[in-house]
Amino acid sequence: MTKYTELSELARQVRRDIIRMVALAGSGHPGGSLSSADFLTALYHDVMDHDPASWKRSGEGQDMFILSAGHLTPVYYSTLSRSGYFPASELATFRRLGSRLQGHPSVRKDLPGVFQASGSLGQGLSAAAGAALGKKLSGDPHIVWVLCGDGESEEGQIWEAGMFASHHHLDNLIAITDWNGQQIDGPVSAVAGEGDLEAKWKAFGWNTVIADGHDFDSILGAYSKAKQNVGSGLPTMILFRTDMGRGIDFMAGTHKWHGKVPSPEQEQEALNQLGSTTLGDF
Amino acid sequence: MKKYIDTGKKDTRSGFGAGLLEAGKADPRVVALTADLKGSLKMDAFAEAFPERFIQCGIAEANMVGVAAGLAITGKIPFIGSFAEFVTGRVYDQLRQEVAYGCTNVKIASSHAGITLGEDGATHQTMEDIALMRALPEMVVLNPCDFNQTKAATIAAAKYNGPVYLRFGRPGVPNFTPADAPFEIGKAIIMNEGTDVTLFATGHLVWEALQAAQALEDEGISAEVIDIASIKPLDAEAVVESVEKTGCAVVAEEHNMAGGLGEAIAGVLAASHPAPIAFINGGDRFGQSGTPSALMKEYNLDAAHIAQYAKNIINNK
Repeated sequence: MTKYTELSELARQVRRDIIRMVALAGSGHPGGSLSSADFLTALYHDVMDHDPASWKRSGEGQDMFILSAGHLTPVYYSTLSRSGYFPASELATFRRLGSRLQGHPSVRKDLPGVFQASGSLGQGLSAAAGAALGKKLSGDPHIVWVLCGDGESEEGQIWEAGMFASHHHLDNLIAITDWNGQQIDGPVSAVAGEGDLEAKWKAFGWNTVIADGHDFDSILGAYSKAKQNVGSGLPTMILFRTDMGRGIDFMAGTHKWHGKVPSPEQEQEALNQLGSTTLGDF
Repeated sequence: MKKYIDTGKKDTRSGFGAGLLEAGKADPRVVALTADLKGSLKMDAFAEAFPERFIQCGIAEANMVGVAAGLAITGKIPFIGSFAEFVTGRVYDQLRQEVAYGCTNVKIASSHAGITLGEDGATHQTMEDIALMRALPEMVVLNPCDFNQTKAATIAAAKYNGPVYLRFGRPGVPNFTPADAPFEIGKAIIMNEGTDVTLFATGHLVWEALQAAQALEDEGISAEVIDIASIKPLDAEAVVESVEKTGCAVVAEEHNMAGGLGEAIAGVLAASHPAPIAFINGGDRFGQSGTPSALMKEYNLDAAHIAQYAKNIINNK
């Protein structure tokens, strides 16, 4: 099996988990989770320097990942679980009372892999910048990764963090934007007209990489380029062009599945389209 | 009445600066961040001693809170400093998610608190910050009364593992507590023992309460004075014990009524030992421009009013 086939099969399982978690919980956010599934799978299984067995919140001696777009918990928890942070069976507790798998990430439940709470948008990039600075102060050469949404980037704090990270030469910070062009109320271009994100990040003093967020060759190429920027003195923003709802035809390319739950028939149809389980459903 | 000597006016923010420097010397994990107010926060000495541990964030307070949270996750002990309004109201959601809910060991250094920021007026004054910070689960809220106590509280905040809101002020005020007094989070400090009324005070109002107690003594009234430097956790045991003895209380603070120390003490007494209480505070108002002393008089935040309210409340026993 080639690496790309392997990652693709893993991502198929993550997509099955996303649909089944949201359907079982009766709430959650499938759209952006599906658009992020491929590049997050690649990040956790092939790019990040991390060891789930020895994970601790301080992130010492390992790469760290912060989910700034906190509503993407379906893809986040599935990815964490499928890369060994906790048993897949726990995905069935998503959003239930007492679960470690809170609707948005919490650090209060001791869920391995989660470095910071998120959900109120626009804040994770600042926390990631702080962690990257902390690593520099401690002489730890590892990378801090962070995932933001394109809709989320309407928050002013994202751009405060952008100025801060380049000013402080945080080249051990690699941010990812899931550039799926959709947000709750409609296409990003119609809701807020955010414009050319690449030009904006360049203007804020960042290295930028644009890639197809659903093609593993392109995804791994982007990560490789970004990692080469460590030492450049500047942080890097990877802009992954993606489709919201990717992988399921009736969910793809629209904002309408941002936070919508499939009916039992839609769930079955979605799972049929994705194809059979590769690692065993939870 | 126990005598307190003003050893010379000093600003409490300089107490913070001195405490920060000492905390930084004691623990290499201590780092300091500011949003373009290094001088106002008296962080210069720390920044000179530990340039690599001083982080200038520019005028971007929201980002500063998140950066501090990230630093804390990696094991640092960050102090973030700005004017009280700009490290509370302006960034309430960031403090809620990144610091309090996020369980990060961040210390909020809140200077120029209350009305005594003075001439800049209402946009820069806050009389609501204690309410906001008390409302956050697990947030420790400290409001020391003079230079020495602010220095000690800063050192105690650095040693405490968890979020701390540390409130202090701009103007020079009497420095009267012992330089070597240890600061204990969650402990009320009995400044003077009395039997007729308890004067609870916090921050700049502690000195005023002591002056009021002296004036009351001259009229034959015995006032107990308690410094509530630790507003949360509040020393409920000491509050109840004192009012069980005196039978009534005055609560004085440089803050509005809503959510302040007055309501905190009223809550404790209502549940355990109901007693008449009078409140010295800003009421339900915004600040305005003026000198600190003129503003304190205008808002009734002085010894004369504390003494008058004490006499009134004694009559209601």
